[in-house]
Amino acid sequence: MIEIRFHGRGGQGAVVASKVLADAAFRENNDVQAFPYFGVERRGAPVTAFTKIDDRHIRNKAMIYEPDYVIILEASLISAVNVTEGLKDNGLVLVNTKDDPDEMAKRLGVKRAACIDATQVAIDNKLGSKFQPIVNTAIVGAFSSVSGVVKKESVVNAILALPRYAERNAQAARDAYDQVRISGGA
Amino acid sequence: MVKELLTGNKATAYGAMLARAQVIPAYPITPQTTIVERIADLISEGRMETKFVKVESEHSAMAAAVAASNTGARAFTATSSHGLALMHEVLIWAAGARTPVVVVNVNRALGPPWSVWADHQDAMAQRDTGILQFWCENNQEILDTVIMAHKVAEDPDIMLPALINQDAFFLSHTSEPVDVPDQKMVDDFLPPFNPKEKLDVDDPKGFGSLVMPPQYMEFRANMARSMDRARDLIRKVDKEWEGLTGRSYGGMMDMYRCEDAESILFGAGTMMSTAKDVVDDMRNEGRKVGIARLRIFRPFPVDEIRYLADSVKAIGVMDRTYTFGQGGPLYNEVNAQLYNHTNQPFTKNYVIGVGGRDVVPRHIRSLFDDLEKVRENGYGEEGEIHWWGLLDGKTPREEM
Amino acid sequence: MPGTIDEIPITPINTTNSTAVKTGGWRAFRPICDTDKCIKCWSCWKFCPDVSIAIGEDGPIYDYDHCKGCGICANVCPVKCIEMIPENK
Repeated sequence: MIEIRFHGRGGQGAVVASKVLADAAFRENNDVQAFPYFGVERRGAPVTAFTKIDDRHIRNKAMIYEPDYVIILEASLISAVNVTEGLKDNGLVLVNTKDDPDEMAKRLGVKRAACIDATQVAIDNKLGSKFQPIVNTAIVGAFSSVSGVVKKESVVNAILALPRYAERNAQAARDAYDQVRISGGA
Repeated sequence: MVKELLTGNKATAYGAMLARAQVIPAYPITPQTTIVERIADLISEGRMETKFVKVESEHSAMAAAVAASNTGARAFTATSSHGLALMHEVLIWAAGARTPVVVVNVNRALGPPWSVWADHQDAMAQRDTGILQFWCENNQEILDTVIMAHKVAEDPDIMLPALINQDAFFLSHTSEPVDVPDQKMVDDFLPPFNPKEKLDVDDPKGFGSLVMPPQYMEFRANMARSMDRARDLIRKVDKEWEGLTGRSYGGMMDMYRCEDAESILFGAGTMMSTAKDVVDDMRNEGRKVGIARLRIFRPFPVDEIRYLADSVKAIGVMDRTYTFGQGGPLYNEVNAQLYNHTNQPFTKNYVIGVGGRDVVPRHIRSLFDDLEKVRENGYGEEGEIHWWGLLDGKTPREEM
Repeated sequence: MPGTIDEIPITPINTTNSTAVKTGGWRAFRPICDTDKCIKCWSCWKFCPDVSIAIGEDGPIYDYDHCKGCGICANVCPVKCIEMIPENK
């Protein structure tokens, strides 16, 4: 089973990101689960969401404590929440930031990190507002690229099934897929 | 059949749509969930031909559902936690009036202290109302159960309301792949509701009128008979559904690897789904363990508990709530069924996961270990009722 | 209503029309109208809680099979032409 944990703030779309990723994997004939853990359901409050992907039926209903991947939708959460808690030894952290992935890996104390300026990608694709860009679809596109867990087309198809601004969101995912950088220069 | 990624709430709405619920009265505000929002979407998209009645409380929602059912309409509603508590009086009325309203409840803790997370007190507190109770472990089961519950509840020999339970967040807000059955297949399985007695201005009858003491008791005994009859019908309907879809939920109880098990854990909801994974792992290690998942709470699976008692050595009963005073509700029920039974396995109560505390595989393994230990050495300091994982300052945090 | 558990209906309903249940025997006082004084305002007809007053040519016509003798008609009558007379007299 592949387990992915999302960290975001209320209103940024972490929950939808977990669902889009699950939908993409579902389209590749996997069993999936996507669910949020809400503290307080308020805009701006830290939100955790989870995606589980397996080629077998998933019965475990517990939250994710030892993720293979951590996806951070807002870099300021790094100092507010223990984002790398329980990350598997060879796990990968994907962060929405302009920063360099090697420096990010060092800062987080992890072996592998990837960085994507999803905020800029979202603004370029007119998703959300300048001060409240919706970065979730971009970051799932970037995740597809650095993890290989799901194909780009599956992510795009999952996004095209969203009720609003589907094409702009799909383009954000494609852009982020191309722009994401991973530590170690890979 | 189409497979879709659905949350428990959306699976519930789809169930109501496929069951062709005709009247859905619901209170739309907290603690209501997105179930009624999805139903409103389906109605506005023209996919449901349903009268949606927005009411001012859950008490009113259930009252309107009972009235609709009295007229011969298939009635459905949804609620959660305090909303179900507020419905309590009308659940009793619905049962006594023999109106087979189906209610889906998102199991959430009651306050104070305030909580919105998974807990079973809301539903267990409705034990004595006369409502049938179904419990689910995944979203497919929710959708299927909405359809099956209508069939059981509306049977002329049953005519009792039904409550379907799903854990907050672990199902209600979790997206999972769900097979959405064909409408045609559901229509063949679930014919339109057509009660023998209904409110009809052209054929007036009195509903809910007074009866004197020589008759009230007979009406109550009649309800008890219907509850008892529901056991066989639930098993039959489960088999019929399996024939159509390949999916069975075990009839009255979902038993997983119990055949030659020595120790089993019995409980309700999503934590029992997680527990099945642990049982597979422990079986690979040679441990004789199994899971009995509560599928139906009312009527209680008496035969199934006694069947298990004939072969297992220990039953650990997991309660995601407590009946303040003595024991968890499931523990008390299990012990009650064993007292007049020849074989009495060892039992212990684990109060666990209360108020949405996550139940993870490691906990399930610890419970099996504990159960086997106390069976050999006695209950020890904790006694027969163990609040598992309390922050007591003694237990290491990693064991919580 | 039938008696034994096997005879009673599953749904608690009453199929007897309530007009067939004669409740006039509950009455201790009987309303009598002095039609000479009646101004035919029909306040009595309007306020009767048991629908036991019909509008007659000279004044109210009582349905003594159902009137329970509550006296509301006598109380609301603006000209006090309705008298409550003990039944045992």
